[in-house]
Amino acid sequence: MTDIIIHCAVALLFPPLLLGVIGKTKAAFAGRVGAPYFQPYYDLIKLFRKGSVFSETTTWVFRAGPVVTLSATLIAVLLIPLGRHAAPLSFSGDLILFAYLFGLSRFFTTLAALDTGSSFEGMGAAREATFSCLAEPTLFFALITLARMSKSLTLSTILTHPTLATWLAAGSSMLLLSGALFIILLAENCRIPFDDPNTHLELTMIHEVMVLDHSGPALGIILYGAALKLFVLGAIFVNVALPVATGDPLTDWAIFIVAMLALAMAIGIVESVMARLRLVRIPQLLIGATILSAFAMLLVLR
Amino acid sequence: MNSFADQLLVLVMLINLVMLGTSRLNFSIRAVAVQGVILGILPGLIHPFSGHLAGITIGIILAKGVVIPYLISDAVHKAHIKREVEPYIGYVPTLLLGAVFTAISFAFAEKLPLAPEHKDLLFVPASIATLLTGFLLLTTRRKAISQVIGYLVMENGIFIFGMLLTEAMPVMVEAGALLDLLVGIFVMGIVINHISREFSSIDTSRLRTLKEE
Amino acid sequence: MWGSRGGAFVFFPADPTTCLLVAATIIAFSGVPGLLLNRPALGQLIAALCIVAASILGELGVIALLSGSPASTCRIDWPLPFGPALLSVDLLSTLFLLPLFLVAGCASIYSVAYWPAREKAGAGKLTLFLGLFAAAMVVVVMARHGVLFLMAWEVMALSAYFLLTTEQQSSEVQRSGTVYLIATHTGTMALFVMFSLLRGTSGTFVFPLSHSISQAAPAASIIIVTALIGFGGKAGLMPLHFWLPGAHANAPSHVSAMMSGLMLKMGIYGILRTLSFFDVLPDWLGWLILLIGTWSAIIGIALAAAQRDLKRLLAYSSIENVGIIFIGIGLGLVGQRTNNPYLVICGFFGAFIHIINHGMFKSLLFLGSGVLIHGTGTREIDRMGGLARRMPVTSPLFLVGSIAICGLPPLNGFVGELFLYVGAITDGIVDPLPLAALIAPVLALVGGLAVISFVKLYGIIFLGTPRSEAASHSHDATAAMTGPMILLTVGCLVTGLAPVLLVRLVTPVVIFFTGLAFPDIVRVTSQVPLVPLTIVNIMLIFLALVIGVAYLLRLRTSPRSLGATWRCGYLEPTSRMQYTGTSFSEMAVGLLGTIVSPSIRRPGLATPIPTAQARFDYTVTETVLDRILTPTLQWVGLAFSHLRKVQNGQLHIYILYIFATLFILMVWPL
Repeated sequence: MTDIIIHCAVALLFPPLLLGVIGKTKAAFAGRVGAPYFQPYYDLIKLFRKGSVFSETTTWVFRAGPVVTLSATLIAVLLIPLGRHAAPLSFSGDLILFAYLFGLSRFFTTLAALDTGSSFEGMGAAREATFSCLAEPTLFFALITLARMSKSLTLSTILTHPTLATWLAAGSSMLLLSGALFIILLAENCRIPFDDPNTHLELTMIHEVMVLDHSGPALGIILYGAALKLFVLGAIFVNVALPVATGDPLTDWAIFIVAMLALAMAIGIVESVMARLRLVRIPQLLIGATILSAFAMLLVLR
Repeated sequence: MNSFADQLLVLVMLINLVMLGTSRLNFSIRAVAVQGVILGILPGLIHPFSGHLAGITIGIILAKGVVIPYLISDAVHKAHIKREVEPYIGYVPTLLLGAVFTAISFAFAEKLPLAPEHKDLLFVPASIATLLTGFLLLTTRRKAISQVIGYLVMENGIFIFGMLLTEAMPVMVEAGALLDLLVGIFVMGIVINHISREFSSIDTSRLRTLKEE
Repeated sequence: MWGSRGGAFVFFPADPTTCLLVAATIIAFSGVPGLLLNRPALGQLIAALCIVAASILGELGVIALLSGSPASTCRIDWPLPFGPALLSVDLLSTLFLLPLFLVAGCASIYSVAYWPAREKAGAGKLTLFLGLFAAAMVVVVMARHGVLFLMAWEVMALSAYFLLTTEQQSSEVQRSGTVYLIATHTGTMALFVMFSLLRGTSGTFVFPLSHSISQAAPAASIIIVTALIGFGGKAGLMPLHFWLPGAHANAPSHVSAMMSGLMLKMGIYGILRTLSFFDVLPDWLGWLILLIGTWSAIIGIALAAAQRDLKRLLAYSSIENVGIIFIGIGLGLVGQRTNNPYLVICGFFGAFIHIINHGMFKSLLFLGSGVLIHGTGTREIDRMGGLARRMPVTSPLFLVGSIAICGLPPLNGFVGELFLYVGAITDGIVDPLPLAALIAPVLALVGGLAVISFVKLYGIIFLGTPRSEAASHSHDATAAMTGPMILLTVGCLVTGLAPVLLVRLVTPVVIFFTGLAFPDIVRVTSQVPLVPLTIVNIMLIFLALVIGVAYLLRLRTSPRSLGATWRCGYLEPTSRMQYTGTSFSEMAVGLLGTIVSPSIRRPGLATPIPTAQARFDYTVTETVLDRILTPTLQWVGLAFSHLRKVQNGQLHIYILYIFATLFILMVWPL
C-alpha cells in the first residue's frame, strides 16, 4: 500500500523536476546560471492561472486533445514499475496496452494540431505521426526481448527482472537494448538530436510546433503531460539500464530517484554536446534504433 | 574471457551497420580502423599468450588500425571528397539489408557443422555477417574509396573466421592476405588518383565512358 | 454466455436454419414490391422495413444457434444433375451472419435517405439488387453443396456489379465495374477448378464433413491453392486486390459499406470453410497465409496513407484489415502445425474478433463517407475541411470509427489486435526460433501507419477551415442516415469497453473450428487481459472526464478570448494555405517510396520564381493494376490482334478450318 502511494506521489509530483534538471544542466554547459530547478513547477502554476486564447477555427477536438493525452499518459504511469516495485496496475499483457496508450495520446495531439488549420501545426503533426510510426516497432522489439528474458507478459515483471546477473550473462544485448531505449526516449520526447524543445522556429520543430496555439491551462496540461511522458519512458530506461535492487524498499526508491535525476542530466549533456539532426536523417537514426533492438533480440535467442 | 570476446564481436557487427548507414567517408574510415583494432585484440582473448601471439596482435593493430586507414584517408584528402553521394541503393535500404544479412548469418551459423566448442561463440555469425557487409559495401557504393573500405571489411570477415580455425594463426597466411590487401590498396590509390585527375571525380560508374562503342 | 444455460434459447424455439432461410427469402424479394408499385419511394421504404425485420429475425436465428440449439439441414431436390442441394448453418457461419444482418439492416435504412427514390434515378434497381446481394451472402454462408454455393456466389458477385455501376454514366464507374467483373470471374474460375477437384476427391458436390479429407489426397494442395486464389481475390488479399479500391470508391456509400464490411468476409469464409475440410494442413500453408497477410497489411495501409480520395483510403484500409485477419489465421495455422495452443487460440480469436469488429467500424466509416459526399459533393479529402462545425452529429461518430480502426483503446479495434500481440509475444517468449514473434513489430508498424492515415482522414476532413465552397456549405445528414451510424458506433463502444462480450461470442466458434477443448481455451485467454482492459478503459474515460470537467470549469472562471490561429507572423492566411491531406502524408509516403511510388508531376524550377503558369500533379497509382496488369493485357491484346487475320470472311476458308480441325482430331490419337 505504501508503495502504491509513493508510486503515485512520485509519478505525479516528480516529472517536472526532470525538465528543471535538464534545463540547469544545459545552462551549466552554456556557462549560465540557468533557471532554478523548480522553474517548471512555477511555469505550470503560472499557466494554470492564466486565461486562454482560442482560435476561431477550433472545435471541441482542440480542447479534448490535451485532456485525452494527459489521461492516457496518466494511465501509462500506473502500468510502469518504479524503483523495483510492482506497478499499481499490473496484469498479463499490459505491455501492449502501454504501447497503445501512447498511440491514443498521439492520435489526439495530432488531431488537436490539425484543428487549428495552421500549416505549421499540420507540419508538426505530420512529422510526429511519421516518426512515431518508426519508433513503435523498436519499442516492441525491446519489449519482446525483455519479455523473453523474464518469461512474462507483465510489465512489472519484465522491467524489474533485469539484474546484475542478467547484465553479466547477456551484457551485449542489454547494452544494445539500453541504447535503443535511450534513442526512443529522446525521439518520443522530442529532445535533441530529434527535435529542439527550446526553439520556437516553426521549421525546426515537431512537438513544439504542434502546440503553438494552445494557451493557458491547456498549455499547462500539455507541458505537464510531456514531463510525465519523459518520466515514463525514462523509468523504463532506468529499469533496464540500472539493474540494482537492494531489497530495502526505501533505498530502492532513493536509488530510483537519483537515477532519474542522473538520466535527466545525461539528457541535458546530450542536448548540450549534440546538434539537432537534419530532418531527413531522423528516420535513419530511428531505423538504426530498430535494428539495434532487433539485434538485441537476435542475441537473446542464441 | 570468451563472453568478453563475444561482446567485442557484437561491437564488430555494430560497426558493420554503422558503415552501411553513414555517408561520411572519414567516419567510415575511422570505423574500419576501430574494427581493425578490435580484431587485433581478439586473438589475445581466445588463445594463450605467447610471443608469437603478441607479434600478431601488434602487427594487426598496426596494419589494420593505423597504416591502411591512414593510407585511405590520405587518398581521401588528396581527392578532395568528403562523402559518398548517391549510392546505387540508398542508405536506409542497405542498412536494412545489412540487418537482414546479419540475421541470416546467425541462422546459417546454426546450420553449419561446427565443433561443439565453437557452437556457442559468436565468431562464425560475426565473420559471415562482416563478409556480407563488405560484399554489400562493394556492390552498392559508387566511389572507389568506399569500395576499398568494403574490401577491407570483407578481409576482416575472413580474418574473424580464421581466428577460430587455428590455435596459432599461421603468420604466413595472414601476412599474405594483408600483403594482398596492401598491394590492392596501393593499386587502388594510384587508380583513384588517375581517375580523379582525368575526370575530376572518382565515380567508378564514369569508367563506363571508357568503353568502346 | 447462453451456452451455460444449456439447451435451446428459451424465447426462441424455432429452428435456426428455417429462421435464417425465411430471413434470406424476405431480404431477397424485398425490392420486388418497389418494381410493381408505381410509387418508387414507397417501394424503397417497404424494402427497408422488410430488410430490417428480416435482419432482426436473422439475428435471432444466429443467437439461437450460438446458444446451442441444433440446426437442421434443409434439402432441396432440384432437377439439376448434381445431387440434392443442402443448406445448413453451423458455428462458423454465425461468425459471418452476425455482422451481415447488422450491417444489411443499417445499410437498408441508410439507403432510404442516401439514395432517395424521389430525387435520384436507379433507386428501384439499387433496392432490388441490394436485397439480392444480402440474401445471396446469407445463402453463400449456408450452402453445403458446391453447385449451390457457386450459384449463390455468382448472384452475390453479379448483384454487387449492378450495385456498383448504379452511376453508370461516369466513365470511372464503368471502368472500375469492368475491372471488378473481370477480377471476380477470374476468381470464380479458380473456384470452379477447386469445387471440381473437391468432387473428384470426395465423390459428391455436397460439402465434405469437417476434417474428413486427408492431406495426402492427390488434389489436396491444388484445392487449397485454388481456394486461396479464388477466395483470396474476393477477400482483397494482395496481389489480387486490384479491383477493390476502384469498386469500393465508386459504389454508392452504403453499398461500399456492405462490400467492405461483408463481401470481403465471404472470401475469408470460403477459405476457412475449405481449410476445415482437411484433417491436417500442410506445413507451408500457415507461413504462406501469414506472409500474404503481413504483405497485405503493410502495403495496404501504406497505400491508404497516400490516398487523396476519401473512399479509396477506406478501401485500402480494408485491404490492411483483411491482412490483419489473415495474420491471425496464419498464426493459428502455424500454431496447429507446431502444436502451440497459445498461437492457435490467440491467432483465431484475433482473426475472428477482427472479422466482427471490422464489419462494424468499416461500415460505420463508409456510411459516414456517404454523409460527407452527400454534404460536399466530392470525394477529394483535400477539398473538404472544417466539417466538424457543419456536421455536429456525424463528426463524433466518424471520430469513433477512426479511433476504432486504428486499433486504439478504448475501442473495439484494439481487442482483436491485443489477441494477436499476446500470441506473437508469447511465441517470442517460449519458441526457440520465434519467427511468429516478428508479427508484433509488424503490427506496431501497421498501427502507426493507420494512425497517419486516419488522423489525416479525420483531421483534414473535419478540422481546420473549409477548403472549398462546397465544403463550407455542407450540411449534416438526416436521422435516417445518422441513426444506423449511431447504432454501429454504440456497437464499437460497447464491445470496446467490454471485450468479454466479443470473446464469449467467438469462443464457441473457435472451439468448433479448432477442435480444442474449452479448458485449454480458458487457460490461454486468461493470459489476455480482458477484465483489466475493461477496468483500464473505464478508468481512462473517467480520468478524461474528470480532467475535462476540471479544465472546462477553469476555463469558465478564467478570462478567455477568441482570435485567429497564430500563423507565425503571416498576415493574410487563406484556407488554401492549410496543410492538406497530401502534404500530411507526404513524409511517410516519401519514406515508403518504393512501396507506394506516387507519380508526381511538378514544374521544373529553372528560376527561383516560376515564370509561366505551372501545374503540380500528384496521383497514387495502383501498382498491380496500372503498372503490371494493364500493360500486360494491352500487350497480349496486341499479340492477339495478329490472330485476326484468320477471320477473313471467305466461306470456303472457314470450311477449310473445319476440315483441318477434324483432320487433326482424327490424327491426334495416333
